Amino acid sequence: MGDGQESRVSASPASGDGPRAVGSTPLFALRRVTLERGQSVILRDVSLDLPRTEITALIGPSGAGKTSLLRLLNRLDDPSSGEVWFNDQPITSTPVGALRRRVGFVFQKPVLFPGTVADNLQTAVALGGPAEAGGAPRAALVLEAVGLTAEYAARETAELSGGEQQRVTIARVLMTRPEVLLLDEPTSALDPEVAEHLLVTIRRLSRERGVAVIMVTHRLHEAREISTHVVMLEAGRVVEDGTANGIFSAPTHARTREYLAAAD
Amino acid sequence: MAARTIDISWMHLALAGALVLVAVAISAWQRLGLARGFVVGAIRAVIQLVAVGYVLVYVFAAERWWLVLVVLAVMLVAATATATNRLSGVPVAGRRKLRTISGTAMLVGAGLTLAYVTVVVLNVRPWYEPRYLIPLFGMIVGSAMNGAALAAERLASEMESRRGEVEAYLALGAAPARAAAEPVRRALVASLIPAVNSLMVVGLVQLPGMMTGQILAGQSPLLAVRYQIVVAFMLAGSTAMTSVIVVLWYRRTFFTAAEQLAVSVPL
Repeated sequence: MGDGQESRVSASPASGDGPRAVGSTPLFALRRVTLERGQSVILRDVSLDLPRTEITALIGPSGAGKTSLLRLLNRLDDPSSGEVWFNDQPITSTPVGALRRRVGFVFQKPVLFPGTVADNLQTAVALGGPAEAGGAPRAALVLEAVGLTAEYAARETAELSGGEQQRVTIARVLMTRPEVLLLDEPTSALDPEVAEHLLVTIRRLSRERGVAVIMVTHRLHEAREISTHVVMLEAGRVVEDGTANGIFSAPTHARTREYLAAAD
Repeated sequence: MAARTIDISWMHLALAGALVLVAVAISAWQRLGLARGFVVGAIRAVIQLVAVGYVLVYVFAAERWWLVLVVLAVMLVAATATATNRLSGVPVAGRRKLRTISGTAMLVGAGLTLAYVTVVVLNVRPWYEPRYLIPLFGMIVGSAMNGAALAAERLASEMESRRGEVEAYLALGAAPARAAAEPVRRALVASLIPAVNSLMVVGLVQLPGMMTGQILAGQSPLLAVRYQIVVAFMLAGSTAMTSVIVVLWYRRTFFTAAEQLAVSVPL
C-alpha cells in the first residue's frame, strides 16, 4: 500500500505524539447508519461522532451491536445504508487495504498465524508491500510496547498463554503503524489479573504512541478505568454518548442509569 | 486387432447376470437393504450401456465432426452436474455459480488436455476421429470432475473453518488472494493427491480399465502399456488444470468487492 504514508500525513494532523486536539473534526462520523443481517436489524439509523480522544469505550448489553459497529470502522463490514466518515472523508475513499493498515483491528479471540512471534510480526509488515519492508528492528520496540520482552520473538505462538497471545496480536497490528486501534473485548478471554495488565498496556499505548483506541467492552469497570469517552449502545441504537466522567457520574438517560446500576 | 476376441451373446450376458444375483442374495441374507439397489442398478447398467453402445455405433459410422463435438458436450454437461450435485450444504445460488465455475474449468482443463493428446501426442487423423476422442475425453473429463468436486468441497470447508484466520489477514490489510492462500493451497493439495497416488500405483495394484480392454481386444500389451502411460499423464494434467481454475475462481465468491468475507460472521 504505497499511498498509505502519504495520505496518513495529510489526514491526521492530530495523530502525532503528545496530547491531541479534542474538538476538531471527529475521527469517525457515522451518518444514519443501518446494518441488517437477513431478517434482523443490528444497527438502527445510528448517527454518531467518535472524537479524537485517547480511548473511547463502546459499552452496552450483549447483542447491542457494539462489535458490529466496530467492524464498520475498518470495513470488515459495510453498512446496509448510511455513511461512515473517517478523518472527514467518506471511509470508502481510502483503498480498503490501506485503510485497514491505518485502522488496526484486534479480535476478541486472538488469531495468530503458525510459526513464531517474529514470523507473525514480519507477516504484518510484509502485507504492506515492499514499501514497508524492513520491519525487523521495529519488532523489539513493538513487543516492548505491549509489555513483552524481546526474547518472545523466538517463541512459537502455539505455546503462548491467552494473555500473551492477545498481546502478540496487538503487537502485530502495531507493526502496520496504525493511527487507530479497534479492540473487540480484548480482555474477555483473560483472567482478571491478566486483563488488568493488558488494560494498563492499552492505556500506555494510547498515551505514549498517540494511537487512538476504540474498545468494545461489556465490563463497565474497564470502561470506567481507562476510557475518556463512552458510547452506550442498546438494541442497535446509541443511548448515551459523552465523556466518561459525565456518563459515569451523571448519566442523562434512564436506561443508562439502569444499566450502570445493574452492572455494578 | 491382431487376435480374435471372444464374442458375448445375449445368452452369455444373462449368465454373467448370475454374479449380480450373488450380490443380491448376500444383501438379502445379511439384511443390508441393498438388494433392490443391486437389481435396479443392474437393469439400469444394461440399459444405459446398451444405449451408449448404439449411440457410439451411430456416431462412429456417421463420421461427422459436429456430431462428435455434441457427444463431448453432453459428457461435459453430465460431468458438471455430477460434480456440483455431489456438494451438500451449498445454497442454490452458490450451486448455480459453482456449476458455471466447474463447467468452465472442465471445458478448459479437459478440452486443452484432449486437444494436446489427440493432436500432438497421437496425431489422430481425421482430428475428430470418434474412436479416439470419445473414450479419451470420457477418461479425462471423469478425472477432471473428481478433481473439481474435491477442490470445491475442500475450499468451502477450509474457508469456513479458517474464517478467523482469513479475516485476521484481511484486517491487517491483506488482499483476499493473500488472506485465502492457505485454504487455496489445501484445497489444491486435496484435489491433486488422488492424481499423484494413481501415478504411483498404476500397474501395481490393478491393471487400468483401458489397458485391460486393449489386451482383451488382442492388442500387444506393450502398446497397451504406452497408451496407459499417455492416459495416466493426461489425467494428471487435466485434473491439475481443472482444479486450479476451480479453486482460484471459486475463491473470489467468498469475498465482496470491498475485500470483506462475503457472508458475515454471526453477529
